[in-house]
Amino acid sequence: MIAEHDADETPPPTGEGGALPAAGPYATRGAGAAPVGGVTPADAADAARLVAFGLQPKLVPARDAEYAELLRRHREEPGFARLADAVAAGLGLIVLEVSSRAGMAVAAAEDSVFAVRMGDYARRASADSGDRFLHGLAHLAVAAMAFPRPEDLADDGYIGRITVNGVDAFVRQACRRLEERAEERGENTDPASDAPGLEAAWRVWARRTATGATKDARRLAGSTTGIVGKAVAFLTDSGFLQRTGDDAGGAYRTTARYQLQIRDMAGSAAMAELLELGVVSVSDGTATLLPPDDTDDLDLVAEAGLPFHS
Amino acid sequence: MTSHASDLAPPQLSGAQLGSAARPAPGPAADEGLARRLRALACTAPLHDLDTRKANLAGEYGVYAMAEVALAAIDLVTLNMDFDTGADHEQIVARLLPRVAAQAPARPAAEHERVARWVLENLINVGSVDRGFRAVYGTFGPDGAYVRRDYDFKLIEEVPGHGGSVYLRTTDEAVNVLVGALDTDVTSAQIAAEVKLEVLISRGRLADAQLAAEQARYRTVQYAETLRRTLDATRRNVRAVDWLSTVPDMIAEALDHVADRYRHENAILTNIRRARDEAETGSDPKMGEHKRRAAELVDIVKDCIRRHTQLQSRLLEAGPLFRAEQDRQAFATPATRTGLDLYGQLVAPVLPLPLERATRVTDAFFARGTGFRTPAAVRVGDLVELLLTPPVEREYLGAEMPEPELIATPDDSRFSEEQLASAMELLDLPADAPRRLSGLLADARRRDPELPYLVALLAVHAASPPVGTAYRQGEQRLLFAVDDGTALDDPEFGGADLIVGTALLDAAGMAAERAEVA
Repeated sequence: MIAEHDADETPPPTGEGGALPAAGPYATRGAGAAPVGGVTPADAADAARLVAFGLQPKLVPARDAEYAELLRRHREEPGFARLADAVAAGLGLIVLEVSSRAGMAVAAAEDSVFAVRMGDYARRASADSGDRFLHGLAHLAVAAMAFPRPEDLADDGYIGRITVNGVDAFVRQACRRLEERAEERGENTDPASDAPGLEAAWRVWARRTATGATKDARRLAGSTTGIVGKAVAFLTDSGFLQRTGDDAGGAYRTTARYQLQIRDMAGSAAMAELLELGVVSVSDGTATLLPPDDTDDLDLVAEAGLPFHS
Repeated sequence: MTSHASDLAPPQLSGAQLGSAARPAPGPAADEGLARRLRALACTAPLHDLDTRKANLAGEYGVYAMAEVALAAIDLVTLNMDFDTGADHEQIVARLLPRVAAQAPARPAAEHERVARWVLENLINVGSVDRGFRAVYGTFGPDGAYVRRDYDFKLIEEVPGHGGSVYLRTTDEAVNVLVGALDTDVTSAQIAAEVKLEVLISRGRLADAQLAAEQARYRTVQYAETLRRTLDATRRNVRAVDWLSTVPDMIAEALDHVADRYRHENAILTNIRRARDEAETGSDPKMGEHKRRAAELVDIVKDCIRRHTQLQSRLLEAGPLFRAEQDRQAFATPATRTGLDLYGQLVAPVLPLPLERATRVTDAFFARGTGFRTPAAVRVGDLVELLLTPPVEREYLGAEMPEPELIATPDDSRFSEEQLASAMELLDLPADAPRRLSGLLADARRRDPELPYLVALLAVHAASPPVGTAYRQGEQRLLFAVDDGTALDDPEFGGADLIVGTALLDAAGMAAERAEVA
């Protein structure tokens, strides 16, 4: 099938083939491939309609007959599939998966109009480097709590469950362990006043308040639970999480789309950046998300509500 | 607040100039003690600051001793902390009022409340985004260079409570510097406390007895907290927790602790009640004070007992939870592709990085991990309407919960019915001929490469056979497994080479016994 299309060099009639961005699955499937028997405007409309469905991330294929039908066409008609993928690529979208469980799962390419920018996400983040980091770390921590084991991220059937306070407590615990380690080594982790950028990242989270009273009983936006709460609310709007209850600041479960997005996009992008910084972490498959090793020294996490730490 | 911090620097600075001129700068070791003291000193600055800044308040507030109110507030928060959450904001204000009122009895009550709130808010430092304080101090680095550092600390912090409420807690800094050094090794402190309590009660010094009883309660709360975190970690990854020795030891230790404390505290309760009732007879005001304290102590000890019972029930649930999670995680089909270890390969390496570099990683994750947003296209007509629409009142009941999406669970059973039947056939052992697990596994492997997993799973469950269920249902036979210390030598499984056998049960005898009980 592919070979047949590769031989055919006519550009697709949907527009200037050369103007399509080179990124995205369309390019990888062999540029210049035309659907069998030409494309009618109705096909183009259907393909665009499928992408439009994909742009409504909370829509479940099982609940919309038309969506389910277009997914079936995508699966069964290679010509239609390529057309839909081309529409997505032209809009600056990357197709992660097309299936009945995830629907048409698309992600925004970096320079796409659909991409989310940190400055639009949180106004303070563009002015304050600490806030910028906290918002990014909140998203990373949510993903790490949702998929604690490498197997969980790889297993398509896995559904992660998180709570807002749980994510905050988990990051604080990790920070506390780093603090203890620094203390053991006798390091002074207080940053130099004239170089705030050299402050250890964990300190920024540790010194921010976990919560705070506000006049209208809403969560304090600048607190770490506020920042995590904003992240999960945003991910819920992205169709990545579903709210399941109000326990511990809000309980959520993951969707298939979130797993795809983390596995195929975010995780590798962050890893690449980390490698570029020269930080190489090799996993040998053993558990890394350990509980604190303090069964005897009895120190406490923030939620314990106890006054005295050891 | 930071004005104080800058005051701390000059003597240090002059020291540096002197040092560079006359002799090499003192090393970091000599400086460490000084840095520690400077940090301790910085913790008191917010309190002095209150008295300095009270002049700036609208009104005549000179009569109030703000530092005194602040110290009282810190004491109150420390003493009123509930063990699951913290102290309630309104309750602290209410308890501060008598002291504030005593400082200026002629002033209106509204002003007293304003002072109490002002002090408490300043101790939290509501104005700053971290809700904390920062002081600057200087140290000499290993190369003799003088470095100014930021010291961030909090005195009272806000922690999340149940149902979105916010509670107050004093920080380590506040407790260490402003309340007094109280943190010692709790295990030994508790033993000391128990002895102390008995002595104190016998001498009638109930004030100290109360403190000792409160300290005795920490250990239970700490066990509960350790257990909760262990179970959380088990839910995430069984292999992260040492269920072979560490956790069973911890559980055994905690159960001993509960049994011990329960006995002990019931004894205390009896003794204190007697002390309370005997104190009743006296008209002496000192005895009245004793009576009040004894009553408080009764409440504390009752709470202790309630917490011990809670801990005990949680301890009993730990084993079943572990077995359920092991079944789910260890006996699931191995994943075909390898996943990324988000915590081990991303979060853990990022946290120790300097902020500038860490932000590059989190930015990359954010850009790819948040999903997309469809940009809104605004028409002028809509905009006018939008701007003229009155704001929607906030719903009293909150946002509507989305309808739950019900997805049919796929049949993801690891083993088929045939495999189960085959395994049961293998395990259908004659009562007089138990077998080694290794032999069973070898037999199973000959039948089907997947079957050993099922046989191992059944054998592990048989190590704790459901005797009670078998008894109630009048079963005739029961599969059991015993560990005699022989290690299992198998390419796929580790652990003990269990002896698996069938026990014959006296069904008729059990039925008769059941009838008797009924």
